[in-house]
Amino acid sequence: MMNRREFLQMLAVAAASGMAIDSKKALAGDVDFYNLPKFGNVSLMHMTDCHAQLLPIYFREPNVNIGIGEATGKVPHLVGEHLLKKYGIKPGTREAHAFTYLDFVQAAKTYGKVGGFAHLKTLVDKVRGSRPGSLLLDGGDTWQGSATALWTNAQDMVDACIALGVDVMTPHWEMTYGAERVKQIVDNDFKKAGVDFVAQNVVTADFGDQVFKPYVIREMNGIKVAIVGQAFPYTPIANPRYMVPDWSFGIRDDGMQKWVDDARANGAQVVVVLSHNGMDVDIKMASRVTGVDAIFGGHTHDGVPQPIEVKNAKGVTLVTNAGSNGKFLGVMDFDVKNGKVAGWKYKLLPVFSNLLAEDTKMAALIKKIRDPYNDKLNEKLAVTEDFLYRRGNFNGTFDQVILDALMKVKGADAAFSPGFRWGTTLLPGDVITMDRLMDQTAITYPATTLTNMTGETIKTIMEDVCDNLFNADPYYQQGGDMVRVGGIHYTVNPNKKIGERISNMMLNGKAVDPNKTYKVAGWAPVGEGVTGAPIWDVVAEYLRDMKVIKPVKLNLPKVVGIGSSNPGMV
Amino acid sequence: MNALRRNVLKGATGAGAVAVAVAAGLITPTRVLAAPRAAFDAKNLADAMKGMGLPAATDSKDIVIKAPDIAENGAVVPVEVTSSIAGTSAIAILAEKNNTPLVADFELSGGAQGYVSTRIKMGATALVRAIVTAGGKTYQATKEVKVTIGGCGG
Repeated sequence: MMNRREFLQMLAVAAASGMAIDSKKALAGDVDFYNLPKFGNVSLMHMTDCHAQLLPIYFREPNVNIGIGEATGKVPHLVGEHLLKKYGIKPGTREAHAFTYLDFVQAAKTYGKVGGFAHLKTLVDKVRGSRPGSLLLDGGDTWQGSATALWTNAQDMVDACIALGVDVMTPHWEMTYGAERVKQIVDNDFKKAGVDFVAQNVVTADFGDQVFKPYVIREMNGIKVAIVGQAFPYTPIANPRYMVPDWSFGIRDDGMQKWVDDARANGAQVVVVLSHNGMDVDIKMASRVTGVDAIFGGHTHDGVPQPIEVKNAKGVTLVTNAGSNGKFLGVMDFDVKNGKVAGWKYKLLPVFSNLLAEDTKMAALIKKIRDPYNDKLNEKLAVTEDFLYRRGNFNGTFDQVILDALMKVKGADAAFSPGFRWGTTLLPGDVITMDRLMDQTAITYPATTLTNMTGETIKTIMEDVCDNLFNADPYYQQGGDMVRVGGIHYTVNPNKKIGERISNMMLNGKAVDPNKTYKVAGWAPVGEGVTGAPIWDVVAEYLRDMKVIKPVKLNLPKVVGIGSSNPGMV
Repeated sequence: MNALRRNVLKGATGAGAVAVAVAAGLITPTRVLAAPRAAFDAKNLADAMKGMGLPAATDSKDIVIKAPDIAENGAVVPVEVTSSIAGTSAIAILAEKNNTPLVADFELSGGAQGYVSTRIKMGATALVRAIVTAGGKTYQATKEVKVTIGGCGG
């Protein structure tokens, strides 16, 4: 007899061969997809990096995510079939679609959109139903990434998270609304709703005082559970420092150890870290700090099906990463006996919108949030013939559209676009609305620039960003992807050192001259006082002019020095 | 909380405590310098060591440098050096890629703890080196601090 998985696989094949399938009907057999057998006595749900996506979307996982140094060929640096093989996931299945880029367009049509807060709310309530008192942790990058988040000054996400039932949160992009706004939300909306905002590694720049609670202790089934917060350590470097001028961040292992010990001394039987370090940094931290049962990680947007077990001087710490864009909900069950964790089970549940009914109250809240902006959000800018996505170490098709727009509108020889890992995916034939464009560009420092740069400066910038991605020591990495480069072809060797990774830079068939000056367009300047048209205006102008986005010519570097069969690149 | 201390300092026109002391004539700039002027003017590590009259140092695990892995602002990088070597009498801090690498030289006397904390300026990614003098011998430790252009994260 055919089991459910094989049936779905057959459907995927059928769809691929052109047979029409009604995905809702085809998936009707999936009602038990979210039935998690109960285990243990302490349960924690974890969402992270939803990037303000209130409605269901598509999100393609990367086909290039290269690991360097000790991370070479290891989780989370496995893509496509390498990831499926590692976790025993059958190709062509619903899970395979959730965790990889494989056959993305066809699979997306078959399985439908992912995420959406109304669907997520239904899932959270379902998990809470079987695990009363379980906690919902939000790893941050929640208030940024959509038009409505930007236009409401993050209020839409604050209200949605309170309605969702978030218990504890730690930040990154939240800080780009400015220190004052963050404090206002933490001290008012969150305080009233009982949401704890924790970050042990944010201190005042002058005397090193804690700015937020370093950790909080909550109880479940009479067991004390400590949640220590770890904000993105490089916020004032990767994002504008002038937005948080009086606060200092950093990794601060010593502070982490101090607060973990403090939590244990205060009776915590379970200690977890809610982290925005990025997975490679979390893995290193887990090897150095003792007494942590699990690190629930985000930032690097890695959808990792099962935790990594990291050994340290006093035991083992589990390290997870829960993807992005509302696509996943992690559920960790701990069995706590005699004052400590005796066993655990973890599942990273993909949030398939077709399998989860909308929560009506949340759906109504989202409608209320969006209604005043509907005309702007729904403006049709162009239709795409290509499949548009962002994620990947070097470039994505939507990034290429942004680069093309910058070069054309600004009259530049070359362009830079930040290697952000957020931004939703569009299928061929989709309309690019202002809503979808804002998914790629909605930040509080959106100015575009046109700068005269020497070839040498261009190379220095590329080397600098490349080192933030490929430094062999994770503590020197910042977690974004490589800056997207328009106009200039190049070769990259991730395993070299800073200054030696980039070579063969070519512009219009000619070598880039270190002494010659080029016009370079860019956006998202981190320095204060930079002015220029916002990026969404520049790209919208281009899209309205183009009307149809033909298949995009992706400017990808030639990657060398990583071996012929690196599992982080297909 | 340090709110009071913070306000007091802000009242002092935002200048650091040492600068205030200098301005008030409590200490003269030359007296702040433990090492000869030549050491602070030296353009490289070897000349700075020579200027301080120190021999080549041996590596020590008893010196801990606390500094950020990546500087949030290269103009004010917080650096703390702790030496648990008995009889520590001086701690110097050098930023190797700076035009003049010797940033500070502290003399400790009267059984003072081997601990100093300051903020240094760094122009580029470099090793921060702590040189400790104890019992007539010289010890050292290093820590890399990256200075980056920024942007493009996450």
